Amino acid sequence: MDTALILHFLTTPLVFLIWTTFLKTFILLNVVLGVVSVTVFAERKVSAFIQDRTGPNRVGIPMTLLGGKKDIPLWGLGQMIADPVKLLTKENFVPAGVNKFFFWLAPKLVLLPPLLVLAVLPFGSSLFGVEMTIANVNVGVLFIFAVTSLSVYGITIAGWASNSKFPFIGGIRSSSQMISYELSLGLSIIPIFMVCGTFNINEIVDWQIKNGWLVAPYWPHGFSLDQLLHPKDLIHSLTAGVSLERFLLWIPMMVSFVIFLVSIFAETNRLPFDLPEAEQELVGGYHTEYSSMNFASFFLGEYAAMFAGSGAIVSIFLGGWSLPIIPDGSHGWVWGLVNIGAWFAKVSVILLFMIWIRWTLPRFRYDQLMKLGWLGFFPIALFNIFLTAIILAVVHH
Amino acid sequence: MAIVVNRPKLTLAEKCYLPSLFAGLAITWKHLKRALFNKGIVTMQYPEEKWDANMPDWYRGAPTLVVDENGREKCVSCQLCEFICPPRAITIKPMEIPENDTWRKVEKRPEEFDIDMARCIYCGLCEEVCPEEAIFLRKDYSITGLNRAELVHDKKTLYKLGGVMKGLTFKWNELK
Repeated sequence: MDTALILHFLTTPLVFLIWTTFLKTFILLNVVLGVVSVTVFAERKVSAFIQDRTGPNRVGIPMTLLGGKKDIPLWGLGQMIADPVKLLTKENFVPAGVNKFFFWLAPKLVLLPPLLVLAVLPFGSSLFGVEMTIANVNVGVLFIFAVTSLSVYGITIAGWASNSKFPFIGGIRSSSQMISYELSLGLSIIPIFMVCGTFNINEIVDWQIKNGWLVAPYWPHGFSLDQLLHPKDLIHSLTAGVSLERFLLWIPMMVSFVIFLVSIFAETNRLPFDLPEAEQELVGGYHTEYSSMNFASFFLGEYAAMFAGSGAIVSIFLGGWSLPIIPDGSHGWVWGLVNIGAWFAKVSVILLFMIWIRWTLPRFRYDQLMKLGWLGFFPIALFNIFLTAIILAVVHH
Repeated sequence: MAIVVNRPKLTLAEKCYLPSLFAGLAITWKHLKRALFNKGIVTMQYPEEKWDANMPDWYRGAPTLVVDENGREKCVSCQLCEFICPPRAITIKPMEIPENDTWRKVEKRPEEFDIDMARCIYCGLCEEVCPEEAIFLRKDYSITGLNRAELVHDKKTLYKLGGVMKGLTFKWNELK
């Protein structure tokens, strides 16, 4: 076999699709797991700063191990490696009396859904003509809902299989927490479908590139770098973006955004909705009995869920990988990389916001969460759908 | 008598969380921003920074043995501390002071005096019970060792940590 033949084989459409998809999956998975590690470190640092502490600041390059005189602390960045190494090398203790099969299954069930969600998120425009979405499916948003609601099984099974009271309460809390917010999560997104007219996340992103981010009430129409040299076109694009419809739609979009954001907090079991975990009441909730890599899977699952949730928020509401003026990947691979960078930057901002919220708000009481879900967000989300429908109907006719 | 605590009437703004949410975010942001520029951090970097100067006089650190101003071991090996020690950390092997020694009239002194610091609970009962005021809890708190044997303070270590204690009892002095 010579190289030309191999190249020809690799560029046949189907084979090309398969190997690029595998490559994308491999790279994205590794990047995301790396990001998770960084997020844990960021969480510890930000929490420390918010509480007037220093946070991890010792683990760096261990020069003393290599024969040096002094360690290089490197602002504690080595903690990102030290934490997983510790979790990996600890004894994986399985208590007597647990249901072994489900005890081992649960961590995987928690870890899997957030990673599956990443498959449908467009994390960039295109690079060398390859679309930067692992699976561009038409049911994108529905896929996210279907998959993320599976992660509650992992938590519930973990709580049940542990054969211990605190995990059990945590598991039960998790499942009933899910019914409280999942409904408003689903309903909050319906106005977006009505406005964009699609379930496909790539198309939602495309819609936002054309018409502006869903959380922005105003967007210059067809604004690009070339126009800076032509003032007439510039003014045209600036004024063309002003429309009554967009300003009216901004209200239900913001409502959707807030409900979706809050529901994602509940979805990822982050404070103020981390009732299944609730260290102070439940000793850590569903993962009380876990240790070593099984515990790390829960940890990883939580942070991967944060990442996936932030990715969903960014893709649906904050314009995905797009930035104003910046062209997409079809104008050169540099722009493709910039777009990927923009997506990760936006996701990081949401992640930091999640951390910031966590160290600001106390945990909701159980009945408060139920009340918020059923009496607060559910009616508002429902009303929001009708409001959007009315706005669309009135403005279009 | 039961005290009725009236629930506060919440305004609409208070009920929907949002204003207090933003107020809370503002507060944490303030702290975050301050800490980013290394201001307002209260953490003390322990091995490099210590608070030893601010330690109170009554601090109960590691138990030590002391000598008086004449260089005499104050311990007379009565073994009261050994008996009172709740975790039984103290082991004393007494010996008789030989005839030709300056302090012959004291009669006894410890040949071996071991305090197992892995067992010591720093209660200070040994200091309290000692009739000769020979054992004192000093301010050493960082007692470390690589194994159990290293954590046993022998007589030499105890005197090294204790040093000289002046004043107090004078009953063995020559003048008396």
